[in-house]
Amino acid sequence: MTVYILCFVLFLVGLYGVLTRRNLIKIAISLSIMEFSIFLILVLIGYIENGIAPILDPGRADQVYVDPLPQAMVLTAIVIGLATTAMLMAIAIRLYRKYKTFDIREIRNLRG
Amino acid sequence: MDALIPLFVAIPLISAFLIMLLSKVIKGFHRFFAPIALLCLLVMAIFEYANLGQSSIQYAVGGWSIENGYPIGIFMVLDGFSVIMLSIINLIGFIALIYSLSYIRKYTAEGNYYALFCLIIAGMNGVVLSGDLFNLFVFLEVSVIASYALVAFGVGKTELEASFKYQVLGGLASMLILLAIGLIYWKTKTLNIADVRSVMESGYSKPFYIFVQVLLISGFGLKAAIIPFHAWLPDAHSSAPSPISAMLSGVLIKAVGVYVLIRLFFNLFVFSHEIAVVITALGAISMLIGALVALMQWDLKRMLAYSSISQIGYVVMAFGMGMILIVRGDHLPVAALAIGGGLYHLVNHAVFKGLLFLNAGALEHRLDTRDLKKMGGLSSVMPITSSTSFMASMSISGIPPFNGFFSKLFIIIAAINGKFYLLAALAVGVSIVTLAYFLKFQRFAFFNKSSDPSLNHIKEVPFSMSFSMVFLALLCLALSLLAIPSVNEALLQPAIDVLMQSDLYSTTLLGL
Repeated sequence: MTVYILCFVLFLVGLYGVLTRRNLIKIAISLSIMEFSIFLILVLIGYIENGIAPILDPGRADQVYVDPLPQAMVLTAIVIGLATTAMLMAIAIRLYRKYKTFDIREIRNLRG
Repeated sequence: MDALIPLFVAIPLISAFLIMLLSKVIKGFHRFFAPIALLCLLVMAIFEYANLGQSSIQYAVGGWSIENGYPIGIFMVLDGFSVIMLSIINLIGFIALIYSLSYIRKYTAEGNYYALFCLIIAGMNGVVLSGDLFNLFVFLEVSVIASYALVAFGVGKTELEASFKYQVLGGLASMLILLAIGLIYWKTKTLNIADVRSVMESGYSKPFYIFVQVLLISGFGLKAAIIPFHAWLPDAHSSAPSPISAMLSGVLIKAVGVYVLIRLFFNLFVFSHEIAVVITALGAISMLIGALVALMQWDLKRMLAYSSISQIGYVVMAFGMGMILIVRGDHLPVAALAIGGGLYHLVNHAVFKGLLFLNAGALEHRLDTRDLKKMGGLSSVMPITSSTSFMASMSISGIPPFNGFFSKLFIIIAAINGKFYLLAALAVGVSIVTLAYFLKFQRFAFFNKSSDPSLNHIKEVPFSMSFSMVFLALLCLALSLLAIPSVNEALLQPAIDVLMQSDLYSTTLLGL
């Protein structure tokens, strides 16, 4: 149970960062932290007590294996996360070139 | 024709790749290759629409078919509902691409634009075809990442800021969706939508799934820009290049937002009254607030963006009413009418909102401004833009004989018959407000006397742009034919059946 709570705490840390930070890069980092807390939860979903890596061994029929599907999902999600982070960084750098600052209080042309 | 299904994703993906590779080598390669690829997709989508009828077909990716009732591999599913979405996506995509041929010349890096455009189409086709939750998430990310890049395509200050905002909120939404998918997998040990449904029917723990449903409503609500989650939409949709605004407002928020919400809540979860009420309320609120805020806008594209929120509200509210009526178990024909009305309005909105954004693009192309106060008297110098935008405005505000009138009429009749008198009154009221702000648009852009003499020397837009606008305007008229019962029966009934008989999706696909 503790690990799930820690994951949730990590998620909240990221959310706090997204909501309160004023720096574009820090917002991007906070988003990554949130993302990784979700990935950890996904890996935990696939974990089975005392399980080993799911490489089937015909000699040991009673062996417990962890669920490999969430691992595959997490790998895919990490690649997607990489793409979103790269995109976010590219935009942050372009914004820096226009405004000479990363501070979102000075980048405010648009209002919802 | 199940062999065609993977091509809907493969063709745009391969064209994006080829365009990136060859547009630097062969001059003008992207300008003829992208329209050909999208035309192929459009023809295929219409072919599928014509042939599918009531049936549903599935394609097992990589040949991993169902073994002993357990779906092992990934499935792509084409049924009455997804084929309608597929046709709209490829239709609006093709028209917006034709429009782009002239419009996008003022930007550099044209090759990248066409490649991203193909990627957005590939992602959306994948989302509507996917029968697997995680696969759906992957395709959703493909299309939204391409749209982040396209929103920032002008690389001006506002474009970049809008794109950053869109990405932060979009990233948050993706995480909520991923968490919800993980939780569903935890409980059911399967990702196939049809299989999840059949597992849920054997053991349904309501509190757990209510939590998952709330996560999904927030996640896809952010993607669909339903009111409490709408903050990114007016910025992103008004900053993007106009054909992209037409794509985003016309189809993206529907394909990755509303479509997935409806598909999951009808065909994956068991209905619950609370969630149905929440969805209806969210729809009604976005309908009302979107229209009221749109009334105050002077930036043309922002006005259209808020109007998108309001019109999506109609669609969501109609589906929500259908859900409530199905949960109650009486008035099933009324529920079918509400769902049919919502679906009809979804199709109509794609057409007229696409057209309106193309009109806004035409004005911006010639005037370099989106401010309504700086326009005026353009009806004499830009007759095509003026007349098509007039048709679109009348259609969105629900004036007969245009299509918007009939779909709103269906929704309002369903609301009255289902005894949702408040919602019916609200729908009528919002329709009047919509008429008000579109009359404002017409008056200030086209019919006012302009104070600025330079506006008299504006020329009409080039052929490819006017062609797409005229085509969509005629489609606005043609779609009102869907109000005729027999046509409606033939074209919309398969989709309504998929949603009304919500168990059928899982039982037919699993072959039970």
